[in-house]
Amino acid sequence: MSVLVDEDTRVVVQGITGGEGKFHTEQMMEYGTNVVAGAVPGRGGQEVAGVPVYDTVDRAAREENANTAVVFVPPAFAGDALFEALDAPVDLVVAITEGIPTQDMARVKRKQDESDTHLVGPNCPGVITPGVAKLGILPGNIFSSGDVGLVSRSGTLTYQVVDNLTKRDIGQTTAIGIGGDPIIGTSFIDALELFEADPDTKAVVMCGEIGGEDEEQAARYIGEYMDTPVAGFIAGRTAPPGKRMGHAGAIVSGSGTGTAESKITALENNGVPVGDTPEEVVDHVEDIL
Amino acid sequence: MEGFKRARDGVPYDMKLHEYQAKQVFADAGIPTPASTLAETVDDAVAAAEEIGYPVAIKAQVQVGGRGKAGGIKLAENEEEARQFADEIIGMDLKGIHVDRVLVEEAVDFVNELYVGVTMDRGEGEPVAMVSTRGGVNIEEVAEEDPDAIAREHVDPAFGMHPFQARKAVYDAGVDREVANDVAGVLQTLYELWEAKDGSDAEINPLMVTGDDEVIAADAVMNVDDDALFRHPDLEEMEDEASAGDELEQKADEYGFDYVRLSGNVGIIGNGAGLVMTTLDLVDHFGGEPANFLDVGGGAKAQRIANALDMVFSDDNVDSVVFNIFGGITRGDEVAKGINQALEQFDEIPKPVVVRLAGTNAEEGMEILNEDLVTVRQTLEDAVEQAVDYAEEVDQ
Repeated sequence: MSVLVDEDTRVVVQGITGGEGKFHTEQMMEYGTNVVAGAVPGRGGQEVAGVPVYDTVDRAAREENANTAVVFVPPAFAGDALFEALDAPVDLVVAITEGIPTQDMARVKRKQDESDTHLVGPNCPGVITPGVAKLGILPGNIFSSGDVGLVSRSGTLTYQVVDNLTKRDIGQTTAIGIGGDPIIGTSFIDALELFEADPDTKAVVMCGEIGGEDEEQAARYIGEYMDTPVAGFIAGRTAPPGKRMGHAGAIVSGSGTGTAESKITALENNGVPVGDTPEEVVDHVEDIL
Repeated sequence: MEGFKRARDGVPYDMKLHEYQAKQVFADAGIPTPASTLAETVDDAVAAAEEIGYPVAIKAQVQVGGRGKAGGIKLAENEEEARQFADEIIGMDLKGIHVDRVLVEEAVDFVNELYVGVTMDRGEGEPVAMVSTRGGVNIEEVAEEDPDAIAREHVDPAFGMHPFQARKAVYDAGVDREVANDVAGVLQTLYELWEAKDGSDAEINPLMVTGDDEVIAADAVMNVDDDALFRHPDLEEMEDEASAGDELEQKADEYGFDYVRLSGNVGIIGNGAGLVMTTLDLVDHFGGEPANFLDVGGGAKAQRIANALDMVFSDDNVDSVVFNIFGGITRGDEVAKGINQALEQFDEIPKPVVVRLAGTNAEEGMEILNEDLVTVRQTLEDAVEQAVDYAEEVDQ
């Protein structure tokens, strides 16, 4: 079992004719992902990486029974591409694109709120169910199949933690990179709900970072509603207030909200052990299992 | 609440219009603003003051908070004062930024000062419009001390702001009936501008109310989402060097790195915001102090890696460097080539460099890497600890 991605996932790649889109489509297929179509306006009838390209997501979904969209469309057009995927509709949209204007995302989020489609991202590495399929740009070789779920705001930090898990023979059910933007489709709570409902996920690792209040809200959710144990990590303990640390969302405000300390305290108060280092997180997971 | 804080947080990274630019944008949209003229010389400033009529405010056009307190805003009652203050302000150093322009502005006689603003509430994923009768002061402090003094109205981004919402915020804030309609009109226009220009924040503080019940925007803030500048070439043109940070941060801007300068002596280079932050935290964990945050981004090629090393080497505070790359779309062989390229130009390596490569093509990278020039460590923890040790040795 897994969440979001399984054997029945049939992918349409939006932006498949671009450099990134084509490269990662091939990588996804090599990993075993069932990519069934591409969608690029004006490119209908072509073929990329052995799959047919359609002019619209709607047509790709109808002709090839695609139920999942992975979006590599450049930021200026990505908002429209996300609306198109939500409108098709598909069950899951994974938006890899970085740099989508915030107001565009606010409108997309509004559309998503009234649909049943899961949206992951934008500005995220994607979703992977090890050994089954990967959606996005995650390096498949570091993941291994097992019973730990992982949710993270950061791509390479996910890789670091997964690598540590895998090297200690702790496999993963599914890993979800939710992205570092201020407005994202899947929050920590959304991801935790999915893992809580998955009988095969025996523990969850949650990697947060400074900025916003998502981690604090997730901590309260874990305390109140989750039976599945969770271990945590928070990046940005040494970040100074008022400076953005790469991600648009990663900021400690002048008035002190969004700090690592507030997030760590919230998690620990709700029974979530927090590692000081990525290795320590894995120690906690070992203890839990 | 969150929305409000975000408004202040957004300031350092978005494109910020100068006051005179924002006022022009607001005035073009029909928001009343005082008569004003931009001046770059003392003579021009005095001529502008004569034209406008005294008293006039002489305001430094730089992107720093608390301009008034720092001596960047002065009220001149006559020609002599206008000359004196313009001379003081033009060329002054305001919190590290050189003042080369002033706005000479009609001084408005007011009875009340209001606050109106629009920003993105990140927690809700929705825009929020705000009104307060406690304008003219640091509104962030008002939000902390007395959150109820600010009326907030969330706006559905699919519909935009309905006029009733502007009225609701204005009446909820307790604005006087005599000016309520005019203030609601200003807020409506401000929201429409915020939306049309891809604003991150738009604010008027203070929005002055005169004895004749007229409202007038005495200050103007307009910050624009960097990611949306591609569709606003008119605003992009307004961007100037004055809004950049210190020399190293400007250099990072040229290279296109996400870079933040800190106060320690262990230089840090990595890929991906979360992992770089984690590397900083580990430096602290092992008793060192990070000198910077530097994210080379995804898929960096050799030249970019060499540029990153050049950046960190040019910070005099740096005593050692830790290079931590976990390759996803970034390839270890490219990273190794870049490190070699940057270091081979030196007769003697200026500062010890510790490298840790993992992920895509890490093994190929390890083979390429010239181990006479760098120290290699297999894990993140070991690499950071080594760099901290090197920095301590230099320190002693």
